[in-house]
Amino acid sequence: MKLTMWTYEGPPHVGAMRIAASMKGVHYVLHAPQGDTYADLLFTMIERRPARPPVTYTTFQARDLAGSTADVFKSACRDAVERFKPDALLVGASCTAELLQDDPAGLARTLDVRIPIVPLELPSYQKKENWGAAETFYRLVRSFAGGRERPAGIAPNSCNILGPSSLGFRNRDDVTEICRLLAANGIDVRVVAPLGATVDDLARLPDAAFNIVLYPEIGDSAARYLKKQFGMPFVSTVPIGIGATRTFLAEVRALAGLLKEDPLGEAEDRATWYARSVDSNYLTNKRVFVFGDATHAIAAARIAARELGFKVCGLGTYMREFAREVREAAEEFGVEALISDDHLDVEQAIIDARPELVLGTQMERHIAKRLRVPCAVISAPVHVQDFPARYSPQMGFEGANVIFDSWVHPLMMGLEEHLLQMFRDDFEFNDRAEASHLHAPAPAASDVVEVADGDTLVIAEAASGDTAWTPDAERELRKVPFFVRGKARRNTELFAARKGIRPITVETLYDAKAHFAR
Amino acid sequence: MNQPLACAPSATIRQRGQHEVFCGLTSIIWLHRKVQDAFFLVVGSRTCAHLIQSAAGVMIFSEPRFATAIMEERDLAGMVDMHDELDREVARLLERRPDIRMLVLVGSCPSEVIKFDLARAAERLDRRYGSKPRVLCYSGSGIETTFTQGEDNFLAALVRDQARHGSVDRLAKLVVAGSIADVVEDQFARLLDELGLEDVVFLPGRSSERLPKIDATTRFILAQPYLGATAAALEGLGAARINALFPLGEEGTTAWLKAIADSFGVSPARFATVTEAPRRRAREATAHYRPVIDGKRVFLFPDSQLEPSLARYLNRELDAEIIEVGSPYLHREHVAGELAMLPPGVSISEGQDVEVQIDRCRAARPDLVVCGMGLANPFEAEGIVTKWSIEFAFTPIQGYEQAGDLAELFARPLTRKAMIAGERSGNRRVAS
Repeated sequence: MKLTMWTYEGPPHVGAMRIAASMKGVHYVLHAPQGDTYADLLFTMIERRPARPPVTYTTFQARDLAGSTADVFKSACRDAVERFKPDALLVGASCTAELLQDDPAGLARTLDVRIPIVPLELPSYQKKENWGAAETFYRLVRSFAGGRERPAGIAPNSCNILGPSSLGFRNRDDVTEICRLLAANGIDVRVVAPLGATVDDLARLPDAAFNIVLYPEIGDSAARYLKKQFGMPFVSTVPIGIGATRTFLAEVRALAGLLKEDPLGEAEDRATWYARSVDSNYLTNKRVFVFGDATHAIAAARIAARELGFKVCGLGTYMREFAREVREAAEEFGVEALISDDHLDVEQAIIDARPELVLGTQMERHIAKRLRVPCAVISAPVHVQDFPARYSPQMGFEGANVIFDSWVHPLMMGLEEHLLQMFRDDFEFNDRAEASHLHAPAPAASDVVEVADGDTLVIAEAASGDTAWTPDAERELRKVPFFVRGKARRNTELFAARKGIRPITVETLYDAKAHFAR
Repeated sequence: MNQPLACAPSATIRQRGQHEVFCGLTSIIWLHRKVQDAFFLVVGSRTCAHLIQSAAGVMIFSEPRFATAIMEERDLAGMVDMHDELDREVARLLERRPDIRMLVLVGSCPSEVIKFDLARAAERLDRRYGSKPRVLCYSGSGIETTFTQGEDNFLAALVRDQARHGSVDRLAKLVVAGSIADVVEDQFARLLDELGLEDVVFLPGRSSERLPKIDATTRFILAQPYLGATAAALEGLGAARINALFPLGEEGTTAWLKAIADSFGVSPARFATVTEAPRRRAREATAHYRPVIDGKRVFLFPDSQLEPSLARYLNRELDAEIIEVGSPYLHREHVAGELAMLPPGVSISEGQDVEVQIDRCRAARPDLVVCGMGLANPFEAEGIVTKWSIEFAFTPIQGYEQAGDLAELFARPLTRKAMIAGERSGNRRVAS
């Protein structure tokens, strides 16, 4: 057993869901108990997907265990095929169903559903989300591209893009950016998979000259298979950062047999000049701690050190599968790689490294917030705010621009905060003056009360003027959430003043609440 | 597979199929905020950990008071003794968090399927630590429990624990069972005090302190409708249940308090005096939102078992028309009063076949759908206005002073729709 408070990755069947949800016409029947449907909300809430993910759960309950959960599974498959009419069915088990004796692959074979069925074996007690996604994608590619003949006379500039998926960090915009860049460089992108692909698209994978693996965590095993099966070469340089994008374009152009002239698209690179501008001088040797999935963490460390002039003081990943790559990268910066999926280890490593900027996932954002260190998010897992409405790729030249802004922005704020600290006795910058650039009124230091659990609560400003509150009413007011407490106080005092009530009691508080409720 | 079942006020649709609901583990999210010195340790898989984390959303604390002991391959292969493994992880946890006074082991689907004996583990650990902390256990597995039923099992475990180790010096005359927000608890405590009641105990309490003695002289009332096992455990100690509506809205809260008052022989005059002002406030606050909801057709998907009470409130105090009331489980005896107050013709459904229910919902073209987060955005994308049901479990909605807030929860999506579309909310039509 392993004690876990927060996990960086979900179970492998969530990875399989991500592949099913990425594609069109693929439905996933998951043998799972009631409650496992929680995973739907990752798609509908975090990614704000306007449709339910294409997943049917058997949702067996305790009473089904005595009977036949196998029958529940088979009827779920039949119903799903009839209702959704998919082109292919993925079938598999979640962690609980893995413990039962039912065999989804065997059971699915006995179904007469007239569509291809791809069974998945995802060992829930050994593997995790990204592995599950990679394995599912590989199984699909094998099933639908596997039996194909490679056509003669393939255009050398044709390629596929492998790896982008649903719930992937900025995958949507990365695909747009890279496709645009490739088109400008005379490369013909045939199939992007799994994001937006159909099973017919997968069958067309061998029709291109080579593959581009944008996200090795998910696309690598499929790319290796296509290389072995069809001799398709692949590029797996990840074009995050100016340098990496240049290398990537050079490699792609070489594979496509294009001239070795300068790649096109660099006109949009503003990040290089911004980093050179004198304004950026104060970034020099800022200590930065990098943690995330292997691809984003390695890319971020290289950008930090070579393109922004930071000092990398820590580099790590939660993906044990890519530990070797991260260790190699860490050597470049003279740090020891942190390979751990325990957020407490990461927190300790951050404390030990004393960074001035943390680049990480949602977890590191919270750790950094607690430690009051500036932070930017570079990798999944992420919250809803990192599935933004605006165009914000990480890859390519525009991606580098986005990265420059999003990493430097918290530091700018950090610098301003520092200046405010230095001048805190100044008449305009003292503790009680509100900082005009902050979104919310800055909490005055003396009113911040540390409470259990490390939450910071801000008590509303002290009673104003001569309006008297009974101690009971004052206590009751404290139970109002701090962000509306000020309003509750003002409304109640206004109400009391109008009605000539004095002192304000608990009754008055709620009378006013009822009066103003609208 | 839908079979009508005879039941007042109308036939119940019994459903079997895919259930789009949370499991009982989710209840940890509010229980750990309520009981401030308890730690909830799930014995389960990575899925369990991921579920709680996903459902808890932004509630990432520096040190959450819940965690998962994730079972690994070697645990399942019998290469290690799982009881030894659990003891080791618990020891590590308590070393880290010496402030924990109550450790709650929570069973999950995987731990139950392999028949890991959590009760035995809890007893052993309780003996080992000599009640510092005390160790309890309950099941929050999806195969056994739906969403709020996790709390039911937890409270039943607290009651059983009192039967075994309970104090005898203090007696509870009235137990108010069901987790409610602290501010609501304080309001109820004040009202009950004004009614002249003494020795009132709220279950769960805000700390891990053991319950006072419960015996045949104790009466209890449910503040939440999902407490079948808790009620059975209290009755097992001889306590008598006070039957009432649930305290949602002015009417529900009054009926709830009146049931208590009558049970303890409080004079009608005193009851009227105590409740008059808050009743007026609740009616006034609710009235602000009635124009938005009046006549709107509402469809409720199953989630928390609060649905019958919410439907009763929507219909009687906000004049909404109710199309279907879904509930994951109907404890008929406890919600009989609620169901009896629904107008004839309302469909009641117990359990779920989510695809079939979505078909029914689309066909009914409701003005507002109360549903879970996995369904809400897809419905919105179809032009159907929704209200996330999970908020009813986290927001203070019980009692007089929250009646307006409860109405606002329903009114907000309708108001928003009208604001954004620049039209009156009544003009909305379902996209076909």
